[in-house]
Amino acid sequence: MTSKKVIAVTGSGTPAAELGGYGADHIIQIGLGSTAMGIARQLKELSAEVSGIVIAGTSLGRSLAPALSALTGGALSTNTISLPLSASPLQVKRGTFSSKGIETIELNSTLPIVSFVPNSIGLEAVAGEGNIESRDVSSNDTLEVVSTEVASGKVALPEAEAVVSAGRGLKGPENWGMIEELADVLGAATACSKPVSDIGWRPHSEHVGQTGIQVNPNLYIAIGISGAIQHLAGVSASKTIVVVNTDPEAPFFKAADYGIVGDAFEVVPKLVNALRAFKAAS
Amino acid sequence: MHSNLVANHNPTMNILVCISHVPDTTAKINFTADGTALDPAGVQFVINPYDEFGLTKALHIKEAQGGTITVINVGPSTTEPTLRKALAIGADKAVRIDAIPTDAITVAKELKNHISANSYDLIICGQESIDYNGQQVPAMLAALLEQPFANACVGLSLENGTATATSEIDGGHATYKAPLPMVIGGKKGLVEEKDLRIPNMRGIMSARTKPLEVTPATEGEGPTKPVSFEKPAGKAAVKMVDAENVDELVRLLHEEAKAI
Repeated sequence: MTSKKVIAVTGSGTPAAELGGYGADHIIQIGLGSTAMGIARQLKELSAEVSGIVIAGTSLGRSLAPALSALTGGALSTNTISLPLSASPLQVKRGTFSSKGIETIELNSTLPIVSFVPNSIGLEAVAGEGNIESRDVSSNDTLEVVSTEVASGKVALPEAEAVVSAGRGLKGPENWGMIEELADVLGAATACSKPVSDIGWRPHSEHVGQTGIQVNPNLYIAIGISGAIQHLAGVSASKTIVVVNTDPEAPFFKAADYGIVGDAFEVVPKLVNALRAFKAAS
Repeated sequence: MHSNLVANHNPTMNILVCISHVPDTTAKINFTADGTALDPAGVQFVINPYDEFGLTKALHIKEAQGGTITVINVGPSTTEPTLRKALAIGADKAVRIDAIPTDAITVAKELKNHISANSYDLIICGQESIDYNGQQVPAMLAALLEQPFANACVGLSLENGTATATSEIDGGHATYKAPLPMVIGGKKGLVEEKDLRIPNMRGIMSARTKPLEVTPATEGEGPTKPVSFEKPAGKAAVKMVDAENVDELVRLLHEEAKAI
């Protein structure tokens, strides 16, 4: 009989013990390399001990998973949105055509590697504790990290549970204060449409859509965005979509769960107040 | 010679830009009746937008310091108009590796074989193609070539054989340095939207006589297999809420959608 075990690999300095509460039987802590390729080479060293690898679809994971797949020959599914449909053959569903299509893919390999879209699979807590082991695995890469800058206190867009996004309907970058206020009360990340990032009202890193960041939060609120097909492609995987627009014919309403026809400058402050009252009461 | 000129001397660059041939961003996506492939009827194909930013960046590098730009696609002959368009925009030559690849690792191996037989200083890919959205080929290629790799690259400068690359990471940016050759997974930011070029008549005419080399595939089938494609389930009709009654929206979000 083969024993089935879940091994989690984390960097030293991360709180490893709590991984046992999510099903890890064994936790290996290594001094993680500073780059995706460096970490992929480390994981390759560990890969002989396992029969499958799961990697989060974070910005790091999106480089790490394919590099590891190439180094090990393990079959890879990225942008995965489902748990396995069957174990043998291993089949999963993944997003394609900018969320306009869903592919069922089969991984024929002794080392399948699956990378999930953040937020696509719920967390499941279990009773358990993993035993923690520290290991030395060397890392090497010719890519040198000069600096990293991560905005503190802001919710990272790709993993956000809620996103408040605004478009040209806001009329100018000086009006984003109320968007940030709405995001703040919801614990949401802020985002914008492509035209808004193209004209420089907001940074490219906030551009949500087909050629920007694709998001799938529980709640996506679009303010003053008409809903071009390229924008919808980046947000349609969101669980609940709210659209506020002055134009009742805005195509975004067809893709929304809830809609308000109204002026952002009136609706958003009211919504902020109503949400504050709701939070205070609950 | 003035010492500054020596210090700033940049050799001419031999750049490879990997090009995917994808449905236009406005295309309505349908699948064949048996659900095993994209139905190309009525779909216009374009250079993958991420690759177009990369190609334009390559043109900027060539214009600044000289060099040669080769564009490459792994695909059937139907992708040639897209390669011709890249030539019309300003690439010098095109290579098509004749294959109908079904997974990213096969594409990456074919590219690796071409790159190993040639010599490139810089390999620019788009971070992902807007059809299969795998974001796999660039990192796989870098791993196979054992070259440094920067994904989600929004800034790139080259000096004396060293690249400085800025990448988007979750919640911010990272800046990397690496010796060339390296592989880039690029996106908007490498160049801006306004920098993108529309082929002019002279470009289109000259593209007809630029070399487009077709080479046979060398790799077999990869370990992943597409089983089927489907469209996502449609949404229920939108519920409209009165602009004067945002409390009702809050109630629906809490009680019905359970989103707050």
